[in-house]
Amino acid sequence: MLDVKNLTVTFNDDHPAEAVRGINLHMEDGETLGLVGESGSGKTVTAMTIAGLLANDSAEINGEVIFDGRDLLHCSCSEMRLVQGKDIGVIFQEPMTSLDPLMRIGHQIEETVRLHFKLKPEERRSMALEVMRLVGLPEPDLTYKKYPHQLSGGQRQRAMIAAAFINHPKLLILDEPTTALDVTVQAQILDVFRRLNEKCGVSLLFISHDLRVVRRVCKKVAVMYNGEIVEYGDTEDIFTNPQHEYTKQLIAAVSAGRRTHV
Amino acid sequence: MKKLKNSHRAPNYNLIWGCVITSIMVLMIVVSFFWTPFNPDAMSYAEKDLAPGGAHLLGTDNFGRDIFSRVMEGAGTTLSIAFCAVAIGASFGTVIGGLTGYFGGAWDEFIMRINDAVTAFPSILLALVIVTITGSGRTNIIFILGILFIPSFARVVRGEFAKQRQMDYVKNAKLMGVKPGRIMFVHILPNIAPVLLSAVAIGFNNAVLAEASMSYLGVGVSQTEAVSLGRMLLDSQAYWMTSPWQALSAGCAISILILGFALISEGLGTRPMWRPTTKRRRKQHA
Amino acid sequence: MRYILKKIGIFVLTIFAISILVFLAFQIIPGDPTTRMLGTQATPEKIAALRAQLGLDRPVLVRYFDWLGNFLRGNYGESYSYNMPVHELLSGKLRITASLTLLSFLMVLLISFPLGILLARFAHSWFDRVMMVLNQIVMSIPSFFTGILFTYVFGLILKFFTPTNFVEYADDHAGFWAYLVFPALSIALPKAAMVIKLLRGSMVRELSEDYVRTAYSRGNSRWQVLKGHVMRNAMVPVVTFLAVTLVDIIAGSIIIEQVFNIPGMGRLLMTSINGRDLPVVQTIIMIIALVVITVNYIADISYKYIDPRIRFR
Repeated sequence: MLDVKNLTVTFNDDHPAEAVRGINLHMEDGETLGLVGESGSGKTVTAMTIAGLLANDSAEINGEVIFDGRDLLHCSCSEMRLVQGKDIGVIFQEPMTSLDPLMRIGHQIEETVRLHFKLKPEERRSMALEVMRLVGLPEPDLTYKKYPHQLSGGQRQRAMIAAAFINHPKLLILDEPTTALDVTVQAQILDVFRRLNEKCGVSLLFISHDLRVVRRVCKKVAVMYNGEIVEYGDTEDIFTNPQHEYTKQLIAAVSAGRRTHV
Repeated sequence: MKKLKNSHRAPNYNLIWGCVITSIMVLMIVVSFFWTPFNPDAMSYAEKDLAPGGAHLLGTDNFGRDIFSRVMEGAGTTLSIAFCAVAIGASFGTVIGGLTGYFGGAWDEFIMRINDAVTAFPSILLALVIVTITGSGRTNIIFILGILFIPSFARVVRGEFAKQRQMDYVKNAKLMGVKPGRIMFVHILPNIAPVLLSAVAIGFNNAVLAEASMSYLGVGVSQTEAVSLGRMLLDSQAYWMTSPWQALSAGCAISILILGFALISEGLGTRPMWRPTTKRRRKQHA
Repeated sequence: MRYILKKIGIFVLTIFAISILVFLAFQIIPGDPTTRMLGTQATPEKIAALRAQLGLDRPVLVRYFDWLGNFLRGNYGESYSYNMPVHELLSGKLRITASLTLLSFLMVLLISFPLGILLARFAHSWFDRVMMVLNQIVMSIPSFFTGILFTYVFGLILKFFTPTNFVEYADDHAGFWAYLVFPALSIALPKAAMVIKLLRGSMVRELSEDYVRTAYSRGNSRWQVLKGHVMRNAMVPVVTFLAVTLVDIIAGSIIIEQVFNIPGMGRLLMTSINGRDLPVVQTIIMIIALVVITVNYIADISYKYIDPRIRFR
C-alpha cells in the first residue's frame, strides 16, 4: 500500500545538510510500523513528506512515495489535497496547539468530512458523533459543542484522532502522538490506536523517540539515525536481538528509563 | 514546520531609515536656530509666489516669505513642542507606571481604570476640549499634550515593571535590602529602556501629529508666537492655485517628521501603545 | 445573560461618570459667556439678568441634574452665539458627520481586509515588501494633508468635485455621497494602512501556528486555511483595533470637515470652541463620548464572541 523508495530530503535554506538520505519503507494494508530515532534523525521529516506537509520552497525532495499505486511526490497540490484527510490522516504531537482554538471540537472533526464529501450537516454531525464515541470522547453531544481549551490534554488528542479518522483513511501517520501526555493518558491513547488498527484495519505509521511506546503498538519498526534507516524489521526481533550499535543504545536507554520509573 | 529565513540577521532597515530621516530633520532644525537662508518673517511684495528653485529652494509664499526658511523654523516649533510634551508624558508616565506596576494593588487597579477610560478617547478630541477651557498657545499645547500622553506611557511602563518584578534579579535585590526606589529606578529602569525608547518614538510620532492637527485647526500655536507647520498648511490652503508649493512643503515636512519617528519605533521592535489590553488577556490564556 | 446585564450596568455607570466630568469641565471655563454675549453693552445688572435667564446663578448640583434631565429628554439647551436650541443646530449636522464617519469606516474595511489578507498570503515576497514600504508612508501622512492634496488634484485640477461647494442630502442624494467620497478617503487611508499592517502581522503570526499544519493535513487548500482558520484567529487583536479606528475616524472627521468645508458636527464644534459656546460644545462632546463608549462596548462584546477562551472565563 505504501512504498517509500530512496527518499531523500535536502533543506536548502539554513544548513545544506541532508535531513533524510535515501530511505526505503514498505507498508501493507493494516500494518503497523514504528519509525524510531532521536530528534534530528529525520523521522518527522520523513513522515511529513509522506503526508505532503513539507513546504515545497524550503526543501528539495527526491525519490518516490508510492501510495495506492500513485507517486505522491509527483502529485499536484490539488491532487495531494484529495488524499490528505481522506486516505491519509495525521496526528501531531501537541494536542494543545494543533487544534484551532476558536473552532468548536465537533466542527473541527467534521471539517475533514466537509472537505472531501458533499453531505448534509446532520449526516456530518452523526458521523462526527460516531467517531467521537469510537475514540472514547466522553458525552459526544456535549463535547461536540466545546472548544479545545475546555478539554483535557488526553481529550484533545482523542479529538485530533477523531478528526483524522472520521473518513476511515487507509493510513494514519502519528507524529509523537503521546509525547506531550502523562503516562496514564498515554496508555489510554495507545489503546485507541491499537483498537483502530485491529477493528478498522487502518495502517499506522508511528513516529516516536521512545522504542518502548512503539513496541506496544507496532509489529514492525524502523530505526533511523542521522537521516538513514539503520535497522528495519520485526519489533520483537529487534528488541531481543539488536544489530546496530545505535539500536542497542536506544534499548539500553529505554530499560534504564524503566528502572528509574519503577 | 517552516522556518523564517534569516529574519533576525537582516539589517534593521526600519531603524536605519528612521534614524537617517529624523537626523536630517533634526540637523535642519538645529541649523535653523543659528541660520536660515532668509528671515522667515521677511515679506517682499516683489518676490511673492515664486516657484521653487533658484535662491528660494522651496519658493516663496503669498507674502514673499521664503518657504524653506519657514519650514525649517516651523519644524523646529513642532519638534520642540513634541519634545516638551513627550518629556512631560514620559517622565510622569514612567513614575506613575513604575509605582503602580511595582507595587500593584488597589491603586494600580484604580489608576489603570482611569488610564483605560482616558485612552479610549482620541487624544486630539480631549485636547480640543481642554483647549476650550484653557485657551490655545504654545505653552498650553505643551502641557495639554504632555498630560494627555501620561496614561499611554504609564500603561507601557506599568506592564514592564509588573513583568520585571517577577525576575530573579529584582527578588535578589529585595532580599539584600535594597530600597524599592533604588530597585525601581536603578535596577529595573535600564532593563526596560528598549521598550521605553520605542514608546518615546511613538510618542514623538503622536505629538507631531497632534500639534500639527491643532495648529491646522487654529487652536495650536498662534500666528504671532512662531511659525508652525500646521498653521502654514492652513494658511496656504487658499493659495493652491497660485502657489501649491506652500502647502506641499508644509505637509511634506509634517509627514517626513512623522515617518521618521514611526520607522524608529518600528525598528525598536514592538509598538507598545497598540492594544496592550489585548496582549495582556492573550497572555493569560495562551 | 448575567454577563450582559452586568455589562449594561457598567455601561450606564460609565456614561453617568462621563456626563459628570463633561459638565464639571465646562463649569470651570474661565470666560463667562454672558460678557461675550452682551459685548460692549455689559452692565452688572444686565449680566445678572442674563445669568438668571440662562440659569447660571443656581447651585452647581441643581444645574447638573437639570442639564442631565434635559439632555436625556433631547433638550440640549440653547446656543449662546446662535440664539437657537442646540438640537436644531445639530439636527442636520449629526447626519452629515455620521455619514462621513461610516463611509470612511466602510472604506477602511474594504481597503484593509483584501490587502491585508493578500499581503499575508504572499508574505515576504517582493510585492509584499514594496507594499509594506508604501503602507508605512501612507500611515505617516496626516489625513488633513491628504485631504488638501485631494482637494487640489481631484477638485481643482481634475474637477471631480467642487471644493467648498457642499451638496446637501435633501438636494441631491447621490451628490451628497459623491462629495463625501474624498473626505472619507482622506480619513480612511492612514487608518486602513494601520489595519493592513496589524492584520497582515497577525495573520503571518497565526500561519506559523500548529493548527495550520493540522488544517493542511485534513486537505484544506491554502485559501481555505486562511479563510477557515487563520482569518478568525487573526481577527482577535484586529477587532479591538477596529474599535479604536472607528473612534479615531470620528475625531478625524472633525479635522477633515475643516479641509473640505463640510457643515457637519466637527465644524460646529470648532466654531463653538472658538466662540466659547458652552451648551453646543458640551452637547457635541457628550454625543461623541456616548458613541465612543458604545463602540468600545460593542468591540468588547464581539471580541468575547470571537474568542471563546475569554467568553468562558
